[in-house]
Amino acid sequence: MSTISDVHSDHEEHHHAPRGLMRWVLTTNHKDIGSMYLWFSFAMFIVGGAMAMIIRAELFQPGLQLVEPNFFNQMTTVHGLIMVFGAVMPAFTGLANWLVPMMIGAPDMALPRMNNWSFWILPFAFSILLASLFMEGGGPNFGWTFYAPLSTKYSPDSTALFVFAIHIMGISSIMGAINVIVTIMNLRAPGMTYMKLPLFVWTWFITAFLLIAVMPVLAGAVTMVLTDKYFGTSFFDAAGGGDPVLFQHIFWFFGHPEVYIMILPSFGIISAIVPAFSRKPLFGYSSMVYATASIAGLSFVVWAHHMFTTGMPVEAELFFMFCTMLISVPTGVKVFNWVATMWKGSLTFETPMLFAIAFIVLFTIGGFSGLMLAITPVDFQYHDTYFVVAHFHYVLVTGAIFSIMAAAYYWLPKWSGRMYDEGLGRLHFWCSLVSVNVLFFPMHFLGLGGMPRRIPDYALQFADVNAIVSIGGFAFGLSQFIFLYLVIKCIRSGEPAPAKPWEGAEGLEWDNLPSPAPYHSFTTPPEIK
Amino acid sequence: MGRWIQLLVLTFFSPHLFAQEMSFNLRPGVTAISEQVYGLHMTIFYICCAIGVLVFGAMFWSIYHHRKSKGAVPAQFHESTKVEIIWTIIPFIILIGMAIPATKTLLAMEDPSDADITIQVTGSQWKWHYKYFDQDLEFYSVMASDWDEVNGKLEKRKNYLLEVDHPLVLPIGKKVRFLMTSEDVIHSWWVPDFAVKKDANPGFINEAWTIIDKPGIYRGQCAELCGKDHGFMPIVVIAKPQAEYDAWLAEKEAAYLAKQAQELELVAMTMQQDELMSLGEKVYEKSCAACHQVNGLGLPGVFPALKDSPIALGDVTKHIEVVVNGEPGTAMQAFGKQLGLKELAAVITYERNAWGNDTGDLVQAKDVVAVQNAAQ
Ligand code: HEC
Ligand SMILES: [Cu+2]
Repeated sequence: MSTISDVHSDHEEHHHAPRGLMRWVLTTNHKDIGSMYLWFSFAMFIVGGAMAMIIRAELFQPGLQLVEPNFFNQMTTVHGLIMVFGAVMPAFTGLANWLVPMMIGAPDMALPRMNNWSFWILPFAFSILLASLFMEGGGPNFGWTFYAPLSTKYSPDSTALFVFAIHIMGISSIMGAINVIVTIMNLRAPGMTYMKLPLFVWTWFITAFLLIAVMPVLAGAVTMVLTDKYFGTSFFDAAGGGDPVLFQHIFWFFGHPEVYIMILPSFGIISAIVPAFSRKPLFGYSSMVYATASIAGLSFVVWAHHMFTTGMPVEAELFFMFCTMLISVPTGVKVFNWVATMWKGSLTFETPMLFAIAFIVLFTIGGFSGLMLAITPVDFQYHDTYFVVAHFHYVLVTGAIFSIMAAAYYWLPKWSGRMYDEGLGRLHFWCSLVSVNVLFFPMHFLGLGGMPRRIPDYALQFADVNAIVSIGGFAFGLSQFIFLYLVIKCIRSGEPAPAKPWEGAEGLEWDNLPSPAPYHSFTTPPEIK
Repeated sequence: MGRWIQLLVLTFFSPHLFAQEMSFNLRPGVTAISEQVYGLHMTIFYICCAIGVLVFGAMFWSIYHHRKSKGAVPAQFHESTKVEIIWTIIPFIILIGMAIPATKTLLAMEDPSDADITIQVTGSQWKWHYKYFDQDLEFYSVMASDWDEVNGKLEKRKNYLLEVDHPLVLPIGKKVRFLMTSEDVIHSWWVPDFAVKKDANPGFINEAWTIIDKPGIYRGQCAELCGKDHGFMPIVVIAKPQAEYDAWLAEKEAAYLAKQAQELELVAMTMQQDELMSLGEKVYEKSCAACHQVNGLGLPGVFPALKDSPIALGDVTKHIEVVVNGEPGTAMQAFGKQLGLKELAAVITYERNAWGNDTGDLVQAKDVVAVQNAAQ
């Protein structure tokens, strides 16, 4: 913390160093890297979204019209991988890059060169993944969960590329997480104690530990897939003494904490925006911190709720059912706290707040279906149907992605120094809100009615609802171009933004920095009240 | 563009829409367990609704009343340990209330003891195999919808994608135990009306059970992604009263034994090219075309082409071996136990003479038997 002013002097030189493309390739600045992460994430959101459009176009009508089943499976697989590892996770890392130093009063991230590296390996990972789609035999077609032996003995030749791409993504995430932890532990301004950290910083701090804990597990899983397929091992093959269900245990031991990796930072974002537009301090700050920590802790003991139908001993099923139900307690506390923050506030409804309110309602709906899925005997009916698809899209799209949108609107004036067009923002919000519900809500009914997930064709009784879902999907996809246009318009010709464009906003980035924020956020540590 | 307009028009005007009813909720099903499951589902659903009404109600109340445009002045409270404790404890109590009945049902579901009948269910890419443990009876069950229906060349019939050639037949009122396993990848056997969904894992055996209350036809699908034709792997169960079931069983067993006797006679017989080719084509389209494609070109990089393939043009014995024993560790299954001698001979002959593979070789039942014996 105390070294900040010493570092200060040699910052001036490389400030004006390379220009043009090389500026972005060589940059070690947290804002440049944050912006690259965010643009990269948006590009992946469009690519993954295009795949979702192919899926929805095929499912628009019963029968096979547009694609072959094998290609359909590649689309569902790569759509999932891109959205999880290419859209949501990099968006959060981008936000952390931009915001963490500004929020704790630091000049930059603690490990700037590693920061550059952790971003720049990502485009390679995704190029490899996408290129595998064009190989003979096609790309990964075994679902983003790549259950063995479908992903080992029975997978296409391109599987090695898939494994390699996942390894790179994992390395990138781990480096990003290390950077966040080191920054938060070492670069806080004097007086910025842990219990004064904004919740976004807290939630990312906890998320970073989750990442470091589970990304190596994912790396282990893909490596075992690799050796099973190419080097004759039998981790997941009963014929050689292995067990295919072992794969699922390893995968979900990564996969469940991964789910929280994609939602904890959202909680931090919402906890910044709701108080700002309620003009009232966050209700229950410390209980928010403890709730986040306990969700993170519990996330390690619930993984097998994804596996109730694999034939576990009944004692294990009970254990995982109880632990999973328990998670709804701290999650509930968060929702109650947000509502209590709004209670008796003085509310206005600018776009960030609209997205935040939609987040609270729709994420909670996803939480409800999650609670239903936790009840093991009923999970046997829901499992692997569209009910599950509806559930995780509510928590990931109207949860994680809506929170990312909210964050983008909220901090855009600080990042760009310009205001976005509020009318367009609201248009984007309402189009997204309506279409996303037309897209995902009826999926609950499809699942309850008996439609399995990951099928390219379905029985006739599901036809009408699927057509509606597809129309919602196309509308949601198109609505995102409003956002793209809005951001470009804001950066090029938005009105200049004041240092603190939101009346109720609080935090160092609003109170102590101009808009746009300077290249090296805090060159001298701010005073913390 | 034209295609899209066509699709749009089709959606809103095509006759099959609105013809078949979709259930928007879980169905109570036809077993005591499935009814309990349905009860749990509705209970937890109502609990969620109640919580939703309270929480969202409070939120929308404040959105409406505490808005700045109405002159609301923000209060400054931001903490209350008492409130925090209350809203930690209350959900906890609700959860305990929910966990008790769920645990009871789960314990009942996981107790397959004292079964009257045992059926072994084996999944393989993309069909189910049923073996009646106490009888001399086993058969494969494959989707019966025509591929032309899937590809839009024929009109889709009732129960499209949910029809099989040989349904599983079970008696009502008896405890039926299922032993699930798989020959290749993981599949999952699911019949919603019984509330039974259990994974079929290769190399392991899972148990499940049911007691069906009502006679009827019950349909389900494979519920675990199992490769290309995962969506075309339906399950049909016909539940019959005991007497009808016994009659069905007797008939099936007799037919099964007769078929086996017939197989023995076949060894001595010689079939003509026409007969082999026309039967071969049928068998090929039903059992092989899913992977090797009707035109014999396969899917490059996934399933090999049989047109001009070195095996189909090369040594006959090697070709028979591949088909009869499969290629262990690949998607190529051992068809020796799936198809009769006649069908095997026909399909191999077909592969050696179709699509310009003009080897002129005729394979007879006795050639197949020779390979089968050599393997033993
Ligand atoms: C589930 C998919 C699948 C089905 C169904 C299937 N095959 Fe195959 N078949 C394969 C695969 C995969 C291979 C390649 C095996 C290998 O890697 O050696 C193969 C290989 C073969 C070969 C060897 C080809 C060569 O040149 O190496 C023959 C002959 C063959 N199959 C015949 C058949 C016949 C006859 C049927 C139907 C009775 C059939 N297959 C059904 C997947 C399938
Ligand atoms: Cu299957």
